[in-house]
Amino acid sequence: MATESSYYVPDQSRLPIFAALGFGSMAVGAGSWVQGGSPMIFLAGALLMALVLYTWFSTVIGENMAGMNNAQVKRSYVWGMSWFIFSEVMFFACFFGALFYVRTLALPWLGGEGKGVPTNDVLWHGFEATWPLFQTPDQVAHGESAQFIGPEAIIDPWHVPLLNTIILLSSSVTVHFAHTAIKNNNRSGFTRWLGLTWVLGIVFVAFQIAEYHEAYSELGLTLASGIFGTTFFMLTGFHGAHVTLGTIMLFIQWLRGLKGHFKPDDNFGFEASSWYWHFVDVVWVGLFIFVYVLGS
Amino acid sequence: MAHGPAKGIGRWIFTTNHKDIGTLYLWFSFAMFLLGGFFAMVIRAELFEPGMQIVRPEFFNQMTTMHGLVMVFGAIMPAFVGLANWMIPMMIGAPDMALPRMNNLSFWILPFAFAILASTLFMEGGAPNFGWTFYAPLSTTYAPPSVNYFIFGVHIMGASSIMGSINIIATVLNLRAPGMTLMKMPLFVWTWLITAFLLVAVMPVLAGAVTMMLMDVNFGTSFFNAAGGGDPVLFQHVFWFFGHPEVYIIILPAFGVISAIIPAFSRKPLFGYSSMVYATAAIAFLSFIVWAHHMFTVGMPLTGELYFMYATMLIAVPTGVKVFNWISTMFRGAMTFETPMLFAIAFVILFTMGGFTGLMLSIAPSDIQYHDTYFVVAHFHYVMVAGAVFSGTAAVYYWLPKWCGKMYDETMGKLQFWIAFIGFNITFFPQHFLGLAGMPRRYADYALQFADWNMVSSIGAFIYGAAQLLFLFNVIRTIVAGKPVTEPKTWEGAEGLEWTLPTPAPYHTFSTPPEVK
Ligand code: HEM
Ligand SMILES: [Cu+2]
Repeated sequence: MATESSYYVPDQSRLPIFAALGFGSMAVGAGSWVQGGSPMIFLAGALLMALVLYTWFSTVIGENMAGMNNAQVKRSYVWGMSWFIFSEVMFFACFFGALFYVRTLALPWLGGEGKGVPTNDVLWHGFEATWPLFQTPDQVAHGESAQFIGPEAIIDPWHVPLLNTIILLSSSVTVHFAHTAIKNNNRSGFTRWLGLTWVLGIVFVAFQIAEYHEAYSELGLTLASGIFGTTFFMLTGFHGAHVTLGTIMLFIQWLRGLKGHFKPDDNFGFEASSWYWHFVDVVWVGLFIFVYVLGS
Repeated sequence: MAHGPAKGIGRWIFTTNHKDIGTLYLWFSFAMFLLGGFFAMVIRAELFEPGMQIVRPEFFNQMTTMHGLVMVFGAIMPAFVGLANWMIPMMIGAPDMALPRMNNLSFWILPFAFAILASTLFMEGGAPNFGWTFYAPLSTTYAPPSVNYFIFGVHIMGASSIMGSINIIATVLNLRAPGMTLMKMPLFVWTWLITAFLLVAVMPVLAGAVTMMLMDVNFGTSFFNAAGGGDPVLFQHVFWFFGHPEVYIIILPAFGVISAIIPAFSRKPLFGYSSMVYATAAIAFLSFIVWAHHMFTVGMPLTGELYFMYATMLIAVPTGVKVFNWISTMFRGAMTFETPMLFAIAFVILFTMGGFTGLMLSIAPSDIQYHDTYFVVAHFHYVMVAGAVFSGTAAVYYWLPKWCGKMYDETMGKLQFWIAFIGFNITFFPQHFLGLAGMPRRYADYALQFADWNMVSSIGAFIYGAAQLLFLFNVIRTIVAGKPVTEPKTWEGAEGLEWTLPTPAPYHTFSTPPEVK
């Protein structure tokens, strides 16, 4: 066993350079893909990245099981994950900030409030600031030929979103039960509760997809339907992507649990994923309040 | 663990060693410094005389944009990450960085980011031409197609910074030697800890800004388009929420370097250590709540103007504490003036001037006159070049003997200092006059009354550029043919764990942590 006084410094490693290659190709590939090029470079990069991540995590898990990580090394991983989650918090804060700015300042100004009187008079005459924004300034100025056509209706918070809130909140509870179970060395309880958690994650994403489908096909609510659609889809979309990632993480921890990787006092892979899961849960509560309920 | 470096190129590509990675960062940053410097030479050559001589206006815009981006993200930031990699483990008695493999990754994605950025110069429609601040709608509705590559390049740059910062935070919080309490850490470690926190907080916001651009450009959203109910000014808020902390990300580690060098050559402990720590924290905190001082002219409501004006002025207080402490450290010290010290003293003087012009700019009613003129350009070059770049140069001269066990040639070092110091001031001091007289920034041509000072400024720029080639020459000559040094302490007055190690520093240091009393 490693002791407190010898920090494990890994030898040379081929993993990072391949990760950099994968990452770099994804960036180049995405650049050409959004411009109408082929997605092949992006996909190749993503595939490489997935392989590297798989190998990388397997290596780290192997090191841990071989007893190479002392308490200090483990603390480094804890700090690493915590600050990563903090960076994600700031990413969402940026989009929430955009929503608040638009609602409380930009739109009222466009509607002629305060310093916006001349803007409204000269550029967007007749535009009224409302939220949800069914009539974009563009529509008021250009009618049918407008580039941004507002939505006809929006998602009712008290149906699918409410259901999804209940689903996600329960999944935070089930993942907590899984944590308690593994701390008590209750393997089967751990598998059951964690399995339930990722299933709930999938159900959530499925509902979300159905909601998007309804928005696009029936409500005229799209990315291009003005600032309401913009903030709605970007916030819920990034959240959905994070739920998907979190579900994959929990699923992997579940598989590891089946293999018996976790001990009552040594289960950081699972713990880190569960922190991530609580984080996406908290973001959802913010979304439900500020995007769905207060947005309708 | 006890072995030395691997052989061949693989040493650098697969390395997990903080010193190797530090070296990679430093060389990469110098390469970017030369590239960005080349762009600057193109700009100054075109502005040497009124009228269009060398480049087309569109290309001029690409040059100002690429110059800013490459210098900020490619030269200055990686230089300080390189210093952090080399010095933090040695300063806190750690065997390496906390997450060595991720450390390698944070470096090696940088060359990809800048290869992408540089390649846009050869793309149809040219490189980004919307300024390093990439304001919408220039960067959205009116952007060249290469903007997409720019966006993804910024994304991987940001990922690199976030990983690097997480690593630094984990190292500082978790790997200090027994007895190395937080308030015993060298100031360079403190400033980097706080910088890393700033980076983790604001790089995601930059990622958010470019993501919004990406969506507006390609997927029909209207974040920055009033037609859909958005607002171009929203872009400026998001950008400067990142951008103002970013300027402190650039300068805080420089403060740390200066706080190491001035005591060493004054042969006195740093004056007011704890007030330095608190001032750094205060600056970091304030940097989050002043961003709209870059936006006094966009038509903010009066309350906004007033708030951002006063909040900005507050920053001068902790900054003043620092300047006061550096001067007090020198006061009655047994001072000597080796090259690092010369750069450090120049830093204190010139950075303070930049701070004063900053204060002038923070006065909202007068900023309406100064904004977007060469006065702003002069301001930020005083803080970024005479601030960050001078301190980086000082750091290299100061620690180079420890890194490679060779001493640089003092005469050549001093020569470089004087050429750089004079060249810098000839370049940027006249830009204050130009700005106050109303010359706008980012134009390829100018009215005749600005001709004289522009020519002076361009001559200064060529001198300053030459000083950098001399710097490169000095460093290479030291590594190849410098006089070998072996004493652990290169500088008589230097303090800190790094000076207890053998010179040159062995490949692995502090495999067992030292006891700090
Ligand atoms: C006492 C401290 C400082 C104050 C009060 C201050 C204030 C300001 C103000 C008000 C502006 C906006 C001017 C305008 O666009 O009209 C500005 C611009 C700028 N400052 Fe400072 N500043 C200070 C220190 C710094 C430092 C330490 C740095 C970086 C190391 C820095 C970098 C910049 C940059 C890069 C810009 C221009 C950004 C652009 O538009 O391209 N400043 N500063
Ligand atoms: Cu600022």
